[in-house]
Amino acid sequence: MDLSFTPEEVAFRDEVRRFFRTEIPAGIRRKVSEGRRLEREDYVTSQRILNVRGWAVPHWPIEHGGQDWSAVQRYIFMEELMQAAVPIPLQFNCFMVGPVIATFGNQAQKQRFLARAANLDDWWCQGFSEPGAGSDLASLKTRAVRNGDHYVVDGQKTWTTLGQYANWMFCLVRTDPEARKQAGISFLLIDMASPGISVRPIITIDGKHEVNEIFLDGVKVPVENLVGEENRGWDYAKFLLANERTGIARIGMSKERIARIKRLAKETPAGTGTMWDDMEFRARLASVEIELKALEITQMRVVAAQATRDPTRPDPASSILKIKGSELQQATTELLVELAGPAAIGAARADHSAADWADAALPTYFNMRKVSIYGGSNEIQHNVIAKALLGL
Amino acid sequence: MDFDLSDEQHLLKETVSRWAADAYPSLEALEAARKARHGFSAVRWQELADLGLLALPFSEEDGGIGGGPVETMLVMEALGRVLAPEPYLSAIVLGAGGLRLAGSRDQKAALLPGLIAGEARLALAHDEAQARWNLFDVATAAQKTAAGYRLDGIKHTVLQGEGASTFVVSARTAGGRRDAAGITLFLVPADAPGLAMAPYDTQDGGRAADIVLQGVELPESAVLGPVGEGLPILERITGEAIAALAAEAVGAMDALHQLTVDYLKMRKQFGVPIGSFQALQHKAVDMLVALEQARSMALYAAMMVDAADAEERRAALSAVKVQINRSARFVGQTAVQLHGGIGMTMEYLGAHHFRRLAVIELLFGDTSHHLGRVAAAGGLVSAA
Repeated sequence: MDLSFTPEEVAFRDEVRRFFRTEIPAGIRRKVSEGRRLEREDYVTSQRILNVRGWAVPHWPIEHGGQDWSAVQRYIFMEELMQAAVPIPLQFNCFMVGPVIATFGNQAQKQRFLARAANLDDWWCQGFSEPGAGSDLASLKTRAVRNGDHYVVDGQKTWTTLGQYANWMFCLVRTDPEARKQAGISFLLIDMASPGISVRPIITIDGKHEVNEIFLDGVKVPVENLVGEENRGWDYAKFLLANERTGIARIGMSKERIARIKRLAKETPAGTGTMWDDMEFRARLASVEIELKALEITQMRVVAAQATRDPTRPDPASSILKIKGSELQQATTELLVELAGPAAIGAARADHSAADWADAALPTYFNMRKVSIYGGSNEIQHNVIAKALLGL
Repeated sequence: MDFDLSDEQHLLKETVSRWAADAYPSLEALEAARKARHGFSAVRWQELADLGLLALPFSEEDGGIGGGPVETMLVMEALGRVLAPEPYLSAIVLGAGGLRLAGSRDQKAALLPGLIAGEARLALAHDEAQARWNLFDVATAAQKTAAGYRLDGIKHTVLQGEGASTFVVSARTAGGRRDAAGITLFLVPADAPGLAMAPYDTQDGGRAADIVLQGVELPESAVLGPVGEGLPILERITGEAIAALAAEAVGAMDALHQLTVDYLKMRKQFGVPIGSFQALQHKAVDMLVALEQARSMALYAAMMVDAADAEERRAALSAVKVQINRSARFVGQTAVQLHGGIGMTMEYLGAHHFRRLAVIELLFGDTSHHLGRVAAAGGLVSAA
């Protein structure tokens, strides 16, 4: 039993660490660190730098641009990436639709989409949630009716993250209205330029445009854009969600934010000294750090166990990572607000009289409320564990 | 990075788990052992000796097996699961820790064979009424005499002190009550003139004692480790004890969680098993999350307890104790709540796990004590 990395793993860690900190532009990493808005070009620039190095999609099959890495190497890569405040390669491309096409798509789909997804030549968005289908995703109503060589899709998708940048959408649609909920769903790839698609921004509580509603009105989708078999889409969606669990706890991000809070605390005046002299603040910070250390080791245990698990089946232990990881991500944003104090109240003071990070503190806190809701809310994760691990 | 046990460790885990299940299959068996002389079963203690478990942490040249923190973790987790009252923590980890870390060849030769054979026990007499877990806070005085030293003072909460043949006693050879320097450890025979013991029950069904030292005369050869430099040894012993206790707590929490989940499946109200209620399911899941977080920190403790950097080691073990305490409190309280009335009774096994977990919180430092230490150290994540 040994928690430390092997010399080879240490060398690998140092290599990726150096790459992230020297090759990814500092301006982009600063935006990530400070919780500021990334432009479309920031995502593209960062992901293409990774892709040139072969690191945009290291977890994909090798023939589609993946790397022959161990579970530990993949873990190190993601942790270092987050700690360096590098934007995570676009989730929808790299962790969602890419692995689904690589596993269930036909040869033509693989050739058409995979390399472009890895290089962010195509920007994918996720058409899963609907106004009436959130946690109960399988109750989705968007319909696709086969008509010769194409489907006609009608319905509405929502919470479509960064859909405003997307030129493609992978979409769950109901193809058999008679079948039991999960059984009648198919997985379609939809060109966002198709007639009948409209995108409406949703402004979230941080005042930002991150998510959208998407309306599909008689959208014609060629049959060749069906992934796998008709009415098997739910299986592919479950596979996708299992894939999404990689790094779900976002421990590297929380560590990065804690390191930043410590640095800022030493610069933030309070009383006759700084916030770093406030032992009550430091105790609250230490509380979060301790839980984070425990979760880091819990995650290592899950990673170590992955070597002997069926990779296509979700590990219920990852639900523990999701619950605790999201709580800790949120706790770090609360500490950031606490550190900023009254300087957090003003939004973008023109005269920059407050520390320039302070006006991003509350929006970050607001925004991070999402992490216990998306990807299967924490309450759903509790249900998963109760059933799968406790047999209740 | 590897969490696999070696073949020998697997064997050890199986051996001690089998022993624990045989020895304490029921609350009745546990109660019988607690009522025995000194609050544990002499027969079971001898079995642990015969299995070689009492020799586990000592080096081969000291007549031991050369096991490390992972081996101790495996033993303590198994003992914790069944609440075994045998004095493994008090005699092997705490009592003999100083001897193992700082004892001379002669001292080890005099004491270890009897301990390993299960015939004699050591106990650590360090805590004092005013100290509140601050290891440096020692008022007991060791006055230099022509022949050696004379000890005067009162030691509190000596775990399983009754029946110990030798106490490891901390006393001041120099400095003021709260000075780091000037603490010396002594090996004191239990029958030394001037030593009086007041034993009592503890709130978890165990036994402890207060010890009054009044003009206890000791020879030079009773000094354990360097004169005036006992504190670093006490820190090491306490660190090892925190790691061992973390594993014990994980065993106890795991068993209590399992009892609780079984109860949720079995107990019916409103015509259905109460485990079908989502409000109770989610609490049982939160218990599991707390348990797994504690398990991770018990592993962390085993990895860090021998770390060379004393500051890093100290912060890590304090972090471990904070997590263990918080998980122990949550798992214990929630287990009682989910059981309802039966969880409040002495006739229910799980209630005894709850009581042990509450005492574990108070051993070697409570949550605010250790949280303060982590905060003072600047935390665990280095600043950017």
